[in-house]
Amino acid sequence: MAIQDNFPLRSSLMSVLWDIQRKRRFISRDDMTKIAREFNISRMELEGVISFYHFYHRADCGKYTIYINDCVISQYSGRNVIVAAFEEAIGVKMGHVTADKMFGLFKSPCIGLSDQEPACLINFQPFTNLTPFKIKEIISQIRNGKRAYEICDTPKSVIQYTPVIDKTVFCKPYTPYSSLSFLKKYNPEEIIEEIKKSNLAGRGGAFFPTGLKWQFCRQNKADQKYIICNADEGEPGTFKDRVLLEEHPELLIEGMIFAAYSVGASLGAIYLRAEYRYLKEKLEKVLFKYRKEGKLGKEISAKIPFDFDIYVHLGAGAYICGEETALIHSMEGKRGEPSTKEVFPVEKGFDGKPTVVNNVETLCAVPRILEMGVDSWLAIGTEKTPGTKLLSVSGDCEKKGIYEIEWGMNMREFIKLTGAKDAKMIQFSGPSGELLSEKDFDRNISGEDLSCGGSVMIYNDTRDLLHILKNYSNFFVEESCGICVPCRTGNFLLNKKINKLILGHAEEKDLADIIEWSKIIKTTSRCGLGQSSSNSLNDAMKKFPEIFEKRLSENTDFNKAFNLEKAIEEYDNIINDLSTTYE
Amino acid sequence: MNNKVKLKIDGKSIQAEGGTNLVDVAKENNIFIPTLCYFKELNPLGTCRICTVKLNGKHTTGCTVKVSEGMNIEVNTPELLDNRKAIIEMLYAEGNHFCPTCEKSGNCDMQNHAYDMGLTVTRYPHVFSDKIVDFTPKRMIMESNRCILCKRCVEEIKTRDGKDVFSFVQRGIKTRVHIDYEQEAKLSEAEALYAMKICPVGAILIKGVAHEQPFGERKYDILGKDVIPSFKSGKAKKEDHEKFIVATTSLAGCFGCHMSLLDIDTGLLDMLEIVEFNKSPLTDIKNFTKRCHVGLIEGGCANEENVHVLREFRKKCDILIGFGECAIMGGIPAMRNFIPLKECLEESYMNGMTSEIGADIIPAHEDLPKLLNNVYPCNEVVKIDYYIPGCPPNAEHIWKVVKSILLGEEFSITHDEFKYD
Ligand SMILES: Cc1cc2nc3c(=O)[nH]c(=O)nc-3n(C[C@H](O)[C@H](O)[C@H](O)COP(=O)(O)O)c2cc1C
Ligand code: SF4
Ligand code: SF4
Ligand code: SF4
Ligand code: FES
Ligand code: FES
Repeated sequence: MAIQDNFPLRSSLMSVLWDIQRKRRFISRDDMTKIAREFNISRMELEGVISFYHFYHRADCGKYTIYINDCVISQYSGRNVIVAAFEEAIGVKMGHVTADKMFGLFKSPCIGLSDQEPACLINFQPFTNLTPFKIKEIISQIRNGKRAYEICDTPKSVIQYTPVIDKTVFCKPYTPYSSLSFLKKYNPEEIIEEIKKSNLAGRGGAFFPTGLKWQFCRQNKADQKYIICNADEGEPGTFKDRVLLEEHPELLIEGMIFAAYSVGASLGAIYLRAEYRYLKEKLEKVLFKYRKEGKLGKEISAKIPFDFDIYVHLGAGAYICGEETALIHSMEGKRGEPSTKEVFPVEKGFDGKPTVVNNVETLCAVPRILEMGVDSWLAIGTEKTPGTKLLSVSGDCEKKGIYEIEWGMNMREFIKLTGAKDAKMIQFSGPSGELLSEKDFDRNISGEDLSCGGSVMIYNDTRDLLHILKNYSNFFVEESCGICVPCRTGNFLLNKKINKLILGHAEEKDLADIIEWSKIIKTTSRCGLGQSSSNSLNDAMKKFPEIFEKRLSENTDFNKAFNLEKAIEEYDNIINDLSTTYE
Repeated sequence: MNNKVKLKIDGKSIQAEGGTNLVDVAKENNIFIPTLCYFKELNPLGTCRICTVKLNGKHTTGCTVKVSEGMNIEVNTPELLDNRKAIIEMLYAEGNHFCPTCEKSGNCDMQNHAYDMGLTVTRYPHVFSDKIVDFTPKRMIMESNRCILCKRCVEEIKTRDGKDVFSFVQRGIKTRVHIDYEQEAKLSEAEALYAMKICPVGAILIKGVAHEQPFGERKYDILGKDVIPSFKSGKAKKEDHEKFIVATTSLAGCFGCHMSLLDIDTGLLDMLEIVEFNKSPLTDIKNFTKRCHVGLIEGGCANEENVHVLREFRKKCDILIGFGECAIMGGIPAMRNFIPLKECLEESYMNGMTSEIGADIIPAHEDLPKLLNNVYPCNEVVKIDYYIPGCPPNAEHIWKVVKSILLGEEFSITHDEFKYD
């Protein structure tokens, strides 16, 4: 029996949809009717689920489906040339499928390869560092019958920097199973105690104390508890979880085993974003090995023996599913909408049972902490954030890739490491994080000062700030789940304001509007997406006022965005058209 | 069970049963937290966000809070009041809320909130949403352009075999509610009516019964509150011996608003004591002969000429007031924004019931103003200083506003005078 079978039936919905999507290249109405019947739900409810995720298609998306990253880093790495090359090679424009249904070309938000852009996914296999020549090759090989997995690249794990060896936590070799001896040494409470002492805080961006989270979950009595690893890594510009999954799946699995042991969970899942589907097989192989060795499954040997097993749940394209409650809904086979915040997953999570959701990096840290001992761990980093942090660096610098830094590092020192000589703006912790200017470069990277989830995007002064902001805003408009109006429409309206600025139609009043509207969106949105989506825009206005002033036009009583010539163009065309056809 | 807790709402010390819903506790203590999606204490939906309050200094939705010992809650701070108004405005801007033509008008929770808040216009540009209006279901019509995605219908209406009838589809700004036809057909008449009833706006309509209850006798026609509109201070400036100069025009409107202007009967004579009309259909003065204190605009911009006139008004008047739905948000003429211009013209001049057989001409002449691609609310073309909602606005309402702007007097408007429909 597969582990998935121990989960409620509905949670297999997404994988059923994936099966159909892979086989037929889309999910047809007939398939929907059948699936709805199978799961005993209404067809429209099913359609609601399917249409929530952008990798499920309701029209044929081509035997070979190409997704090109739409994020700003990809654009600055030459995305336009790449798109043009694909369009030429397959003969259709972006967003279309060739007549023979052989190729489909689509865009997608950040695919987690920001250090190897321009990149794309073809049937979810990675192709990195693309050039027009390489694209021609790829397409002709596919036409000659090669499969995507036969010719794809293996994304490199580019580790650019680690601290001295006894201060390095993640990026050094690990002997599988070695930490598991602590299961015999400690009982569950003692593990929680160790983790609490270590001050480990969640690396998914919210920095909630991990030990405390586990303790809460342990305290909640239930017949079933779950451990979920959040490998949705959707924040544009981050790819550190990808590297951990690639290099150290053992650390992750053992971290999950400790979590399960501590809280009393017997089932676990890794929620893997679809963009990383190429890692799924490898992960499953490692899981299989653990199972064979008796490290997963029934009666895992420990001070108090326990049952625990893990399976991999594949996402289907939705940034919001990185938010833990949305993620849980998604795993339940529902639309990935976040819950209201009065109950936490440790109380009522997956299937209404106590659930721990932890980021990949958080879980990977656990075996390391036990291995090195809490005291050595506490000796690294700062008081609030001991240990090290993985940062994913991309953009205008010489050395893109992963940096394992000791918390507390000075920003300027860090920038020097990346070889960025003319950094003007740095997007820290992703578009929902903080935009840094020269003035911030003297700050330190730590929980006390500049905290970071993992994404660092560097821009030099040839980059147009408004263009960057527009790209972020597009992302948030695309990815809002749509449940609350401030986020779904507020972000859309802010996007229009950015257009106004770009077109030179904006006046001072528009800047005041942006500040006021952002505050409304921030204070009334349900989840972190809406609460942080306007951060970068507001930071930008504060830190680079001169860029905005330059774009303003004089204050008038007229709305410059209204263009009379444009507004009558359609009428003129109709009349012209009619007089020519009827004469 | 005795589980009393002490908490503070807007500084007022309150005792309540621990664990009860904050919205209800506040209400018992005469503090009103507006709600729109809140429906059942059991399962607060928390979708509409208008009940946003501050709990111990942090923003959260009131409808999802269960009261406990020592809570400090802020409800009616200026910031929170404005947040709420902003959300209602955003809902108005996001959908197509042509209240005067809406079946739900008078029974609509959102409209009533807008009245209570004295909402005259939204601060956001209209999105003119173009979602489908679905007539296919057996009994229902789904007008997605009015749906505020409160999720009540999704959570509440199930068939007897436990299937969802209403579902959210798509995501982000494209999210809408879609009816499952097969399940909808299983609902009884009463269940269908219940669905229409719990929809806080006019998105779910039942064929044949949506108009049953007469307008004017509906829930909020009776329950509505009076409003004190907020106007910027300061008044129009003039020399003592002069009269105020007022101009008026009707752009893409039906002249209904101008008819309403005349509706104050003899009050008009008092008005003329202090006001002199310049360019206006009332005086038949075609061109501005002097600068005006106030310009009253009826109707939005549907053609080139409307735009020229409106811009002229902006140049010649110190203060512009948009009066009537058409000026504020395009009104009925803006309903053509959802149909391609070409189709509109063909329907009017070639294919319509009243056009001649074989008609193949769409009138076009240099003397005819060219139509715009869309009908634009006035504030998308020029800056408008004040708005008077209604279709048409009540005459008292119009003159109260004009007088207050001219003389700087405070005033209040009764619920009846304020209504949009
Ligand atoms: C919009 C949004 C997106 C998020 N995306 C991720 C993500 O991709 N990966 C992640 O680990 N956490 C993400 N989070 C944070 C999770 O909600 C949650 O805090 C985290 O998974 C908890 O694990 P941790 O305590 O180990 O960090 C996101 C949060 C929000 C609001
Ligand atoms: S803030 Fe945005 S993403 Fe979050 S629940 Fe609301 S609509 Fe959904
Ligand atoms: S009455 Fe109708 S148009 Fe007006 S707010 Fe309610 S639903 Fe919208
Ligand atoms: S149709 Fe009505 S009840 Fe349903 S979500 Fe929309 S507004 Fe709410
Ligand atoms: S009433 Fe609380 S969110 Fe709608
Ligand atoms: S003309 Fe439309 S409301 Fe007055």
